[in-house]
Amino acid sequence: MSIDIETARKVAHLARIKVEEDHLPTLAQGFNDILGFIEQLNEVDVEGVEPMTSVTPMRLRRRADVVTDGDQQEKVLSNAPDAREGFFAVPKVVE
Amino acid sequence: MTDLNTLTIAQARDGLRAGDFTSVELTQSCLKAVEVSDALGAFVHHTPEIALKQAGEADTRIAAGDAPDMCGIPLGIKDLFCTKGVPSQAGSAILEGFRPEYESTITQNMWDDGAVMLGKLNMDEFAMGSSNETSTYGNAVNPWRRGNDDTALTPGGSSGGSASAVAADLCLAATGTDTGGSIRQPAAFTGITGIKPTYGRCSRWGVVGFASSLDQAGPMTKSVRDAAIMLESMCSYDPKDSTSAEIPVPNFEAMLTGDIRGKKIGIPREYRIDGTPAEIEKLWADGTQMMRDAGAEIIDISLPHTKYALPAYYVIAPAEASSNLARYDGVRYGHRAKLEAGDGINEMYEKTRAEGFGPEVQRRIMVGTYVLSAGFYDAYFNRARRVRALIKKDFDQVFASGIDAILTPSTPSAAFGLGEVTEADPIQMFLNDVFTVPVNLAGLPGISVPIGLDKTGLPLGLQLIGRPYEEGDLLNFAHVLEGAAGFVSKPGKWW
Repeated sequence: MSIDIETARKVAHLARIKVEEDHLPTLAQGFNDILGFIEQLNEVDVEGVEPMTSVTPMRLRRRADVVTDGDQQEKVLSNAPDAREGFFAVPKVVE
Repeated sequence: MTDLNTLTIAQARDGLRAGDFTSVELTQSCLKAVEVSDALGAFVHHTPEIALKQAGEADTRIAAGDAPDMCGIPLGIKDLFCTKGVPSQAGSAILEGFRPEYESTITQNMWDDGAVMLGKLNMDEFAMGSSNETSTYGNAVNPWRRGNDDTALTPGGSSGGSASAVAADLCLAATGTDTGGSIRQPAAFTGITGIKPTYGRCSRWGVVGFASSLDQAGPMTKSVRDAAIMLESMCSYDPKDSTSAEIPVPNFEAMLTGDIRGKKIGIPREYRIDGTPAEIEKLWADGTQMMRDAGAEIIDISLPHTKYALPAYYVIAPAEASSNLARYDGVRYGHRAKLEAGDGINEMYEKTRAEGFGPEVQRRIMVGTYVLSAGFYDAYFNRARRVRALIKKDFDQVFASGIDAILTPSTPSAAFGLGEVTEADPIQMFLNDVFTVPVNLAGLPGISVPIGLDKTGLPLGLQLIGRPYEEGDLLNFAHVLEGAAGFVSKPGKWW
């Protein structure tokens, strides 16, 4: 499997990371190096083996569906790059 | 009197109780050492006011009697831990200016026990790296050098600042985290002890996530006894971490009996890798003999899927990272790129993440995005998780056959020079973790103990791997190995 520049562009977009056009070939090459290394996994017979979801067999604990936290608007917003009137502010998303 | 900053936790605990010195004096001694340590790049945020306040309170508590072992002990905290009101950046520019409104469970546990925070420690960005060269703060530097050669060496990574700080006696101990070897490899490179406990032992709450199914925090210390003392303070069942283990935390120090007679130590043949330096082979053979001399039975074992641990790791860890790091979007905290007129929300995300993440983190996020993308999920991610199940089964079978612990080298080399393993060859850098990664994939406890020096005078370590949740026994094996090796060397001070 070889990654071309088009795929590299698509992956960068999916990851929401801006990659300059002239850097895409280097990026694609970097992916190919790593994927080449990963290809070794194809040698392993994994027939009938379940993909591991957790190192210790455990069921996620449940708790009562009640409010345990909240009323911390100021703290929640304290690190925001742009907070206004009690909200996170972002560029306009709907025209 | 010895400089107080050179003491171990155990020595300081005993000295504080005997009234030989106060925590304020001990803390001042460390702060003084930190002040003149810029060349090491270890401490990246300094908190002397917090330290002296905590030390004063610790002295009151010790004077009143019945203080916990960690009371009054000055520590360095890896930048990955959220510490309330104190910068916590995970070594990344994207979290510049972030001051958490909360405290990680682990650090809270230690402050509750009276420990003292000297500041935050350097690390690879988001713990992704094995040489501390991906940090936004710049490199951390190993206090050890090759003889009289003044080439700057890596302290290892990702917990490079922690390793450098402990080895250079800037603090009594430090917290580290280990996703693929990030406690054990730097511990080995700097001649200190580092333990990664069983997955679930230490709460991940408030520790910035990299690969959540692999991440575990642990102590980096000057002795195995110190590791036992500090680990007990760090561990707890935490309802805020859904993978936290709900089992009691024993008194690990009390389990250091020094008696391992009749115990079975496995030597895995797959850990003999082409290209491993003869010195490391010899170190391993010497360590094996030390365990035999202590009365343990040495047994050759096989972990057949070892060779596939690194490739499986480099699918699973980036996949989980791509998901974990999606939260850095320039909205809730940290950096946001300056936008141009007409830029929308997507441009904000893409520019923010391009500016905020360094090249290694970007690469791993994108590899993770790729292996999780439609059409490749089964071929890469699910296959890697199947191989992971086989790697864990290898260990399960070995332990089921009666093996009590496994002895291996910690690293395939001694510390290398900063810049010697370049970014151009990420695979070469990955190979640093060849002996440590399988332990994370299987969720097992692993400890690196300093054993000896190579011919250039650099420290080398051996790793012991234990049964799940049996850190007490594992520490006891390490304690025996430490005693037999008698490693007492310290780096000569040049910084």
